[in-house]
Amino acid sequence: MRFVDEFRDPAVITRTCEEIRRLTDPSRHYRFMEVCGGHTHAIYRFGLRDVLPAGIELIHGPGCPVCVLPMGRIDDGLALARDPRVIFAAFGDMMRVPGAHGSPLEHKAGGRDVRIVYSPTDALKLARSNPDRHVMFFAIGFETTAPSTALTLVRAKAEGIRNFSVFCNHVTIIPAIRAILDSPDMRLDAFIGPGHVSTVIGCRPYEWVARDERKPIVISGFEPLDLLQSTVMLLRQLRAGEAKVENQYARVVPWEGNRAALAAMAEVFQLRPYFEWRGLGFISQSALRIRDEYAAWDAERVFDIPGVRVTDPKAAQCGEVLKGVLKPVQCKLFGRECTPERPVGALMVSSEGSCAAYYNYEHRKAAAALAAPA
Amino acid sequence: MCLAIPGKIVDVAPDMPHLALVEVAGVRRRVDLGLLQDSLPGPGDWVLIHVGFAMSRISEEEAEAQMQTLRMLGEDAAALEEIRGYGAGE
Amino acid sequence: MAHGAGGKATRRLVDGLFAPLLLGGAAGGLGDAAALDVDGTPLAITTDAFVVTPLAFPGGSIGELAVNGTVNDLAVAGADAVALVASFVLEAGLPSDVLDAEVRAMARAARAAGVPIVGGDTKVVEHGKTDRMYITTSGIGRRISGVTVDPRSVRPGDRILLSGPIGDHGITILLARGELDLEAELRSDTRSVLPLVQAIIKVAGSGIRWMRDPTRGGVATALNELALDCGLGVHLSEDAVPVREEVRGACELLGLDPLHIANEGQFLAVVAPDCADAALGALRAAPGGEGAALVGEIRAEPAAAVLVATAYGGTRIVDMLVGDPLPRIC
Repeated sequence: MRFVDEFRDPAVITRTCEEIRRLTDPSRHYRFMEVCGGHTHAIYRFGLRDVLPAGIELIHGPGCPVCVLPMGRIDDGLALARDPRVIFAAFGDMMRVPGAHGSPLEHKAGGRDVRIVYSPTDALKLARSNPDRHVMFFAIGFETTAPSTALTLVRAKAEGIRNFSVFCNHVTIIPAIRAILDSPDMRLDAFIGPGHVSTVIGCRPYEWVARDERKPIVISGFEPLDLLQSTVMLLRQLRAGEAKVENQYARVVPWEGNRAALAAMAEVFQLRPYFEWRGLGFISQSALRIRDEYAAWDAERVFDIPGVRVTDPKAAQCGEVLKGVLKPVQCKLFGRECTPERPVGALMVSSEGSCAAYYNYEHRKAAAALAAPA
Repeated sequence: MCLAIPGKIVDVAPDMPHLALVEVAGVRRRVDLGLLQDSLPGPGDWVLIHVGFAMSRISEEEAEAQMQTLRMLGEDAAALEEIRGYGAGE
Repeated sequence: MAHGAGGKATRRLVDGLFAPLLLGGAAGGLGDAAALDVDGTPLAITTDAFVVTPLAFPGGSIGELAVNGTVNDLAVAGADAVALVASFVLEAGLPSDVLDAEVRAMARAARAAGVPIVGGDTKVVEHGKTDRMYITTSGIGRRISGVTVDPRSVRPGDRILLSGPIGDHGITILLARGELDLEAELRSDTRSVLPLVQAIIKVAGSGIRWMRDPTRGGVATALNELALDCGLGVHLSEDAVPVREEVRGACELLGLDPLHIANEGQFLAVVAPDCADAALGALRAAPGGEGAALVGEIRAEPAAAVLVATAYGGTRIVDMLVGDPLPRIC
């Protein structure tokens, strides 16, 4: 596969790891946070922790849009699926996320019309071909995905499709990074920045991280060589005492972002004054809602949404794991009450959630650690 | 938040210029080019695909430059080793 | 119920419910077939239900799956299928030409496999009570002498053989459902693997420790079952596992792992190290076995786990599937 295989070249990976070792100060412990859940998944999938020196610790950040969604929002969306007129459409990522009354997949098994879509345009297509039903698309994602939802709504409005609505749970990345840096228990040296969000927002929005917080941040791609090269760039900045924004993913990320994507978002969405993030609490100006001009396609206005607030079980430590304060294996429920088959929190369901990644790729080592005498 | 894959545009519908047929390793899907409308890519161009939309055009020059930089990493290191080797012989 | 997808939930159902109540507790090392000794004749018996949607897809249909699936379950238990019986549950209102097509497909598949279908049953249920058609086939076969498949005989140093590229069937079905709007030149790999199994038995015979056909849940699930049954470490070399370009492309696009995708015409074998190369050679020389590969080996550690290694030394543990493989966008 072009633009993929080159960045998985074993010989080049091995040499890049040698360079990383050369740049690593053996007396120092480095803490790099990868913000984006996609990077978390890539790190585990490619086994990168095996090839990085022990002194480099990768902390998993909150950039997993499924993980940060409070359970109440899932319940709200599923409440709508109980209406036999409604087709509940969502990405596969949402299907196993537990609501208070079951996951979307469990609702489907119980006879509700729940469908997996690959694209919001596929949900719109469902609306076109099912004129006597109403298709409600449960939208999630950061700025990578929001423009696609926006354009889909623009198309729905232009075509006058009235049996379609969006339940909008899009969130923005910068407030999440701010919450991490504001958190008193965090000690980070640098950031591996989200590559695909940046194809939309560009690299400018991160400048305050380098300038004000004095932390290096490298916007990274998702292949092994991308992540390893980003690690090289971060180590070089730290050695030189620098803190700046660098774009490692230049083959895809434009420094100024994608104007048309930002314009589509601005046309359809506005910022909510505040939004509740699982584990991070209420953050102001951190999530998107649909503008009045598109009210007829806003599920929260078309339907009576219960507005349920559901707190996580006390024992679940999703918040601390999300913030990178705790490793998944340190959560009391990990691997016991909370497993991929019976997840308590979204971090165990989402393939990007640190708990799922840890469990799926590492759990036997973790289980051995748990079983070892204290 | 970020599963996006490089694909090559193989066809654009003449009556729907924002909809392209994109191919990834022999798998084809219609992809919406609406987010790249400022500078619409065409057949033969490579784009990054996420949830059925093209997010960005992939720059072959930048990709090649990156691989060059990475390959040189190893060569610089090898050159350094060689020089150290000369010193060690004395 | 996620219990049919072939992964963890299915295993819990078998180990926790069926085995204790129906089999007097005997569940380990069963594989997909049961060994029977009838008046000194070593036999194997198996049954399987087929519930695929859509009924027909590129490369095959439910009828062919129903025949090949059961022949294969017997083959990987080291048995030559002797006869099959089939039972049909049909939805009232199923068009007769659909039924006709499937019966013909079964007849063709049975002829190709060299196994007669000697009996059957049909039931019709109310419209809406079933997904058009379910077929259950049961098969009986003669266990081939000199072959004992038993996970407990697996040892560190044994090698893992795979008969051909993985993921063709599952991705074909996913695309055939039409919900994801993807197109590819892919066909189900459904076929009888009996000739290929016979080919390796000829050269490796008693050196074969274990065999399995990686159907629902894919290679990952089959190897995890092995790991749990033998308690050893199952090590795969990622680059050695054959995957077609289109399967790879679909998996990358949808965020799926080829190791979790169903196959209907492949099998895995664990063989003693001294006959691994001969077994591979025999497979590759046999018609349909050209894509065979040695994909890994057994080690003592990590216990009861499946580990995949990349060419540059990265490793990850591959778990059993939980439910069906779901596409993701994150």
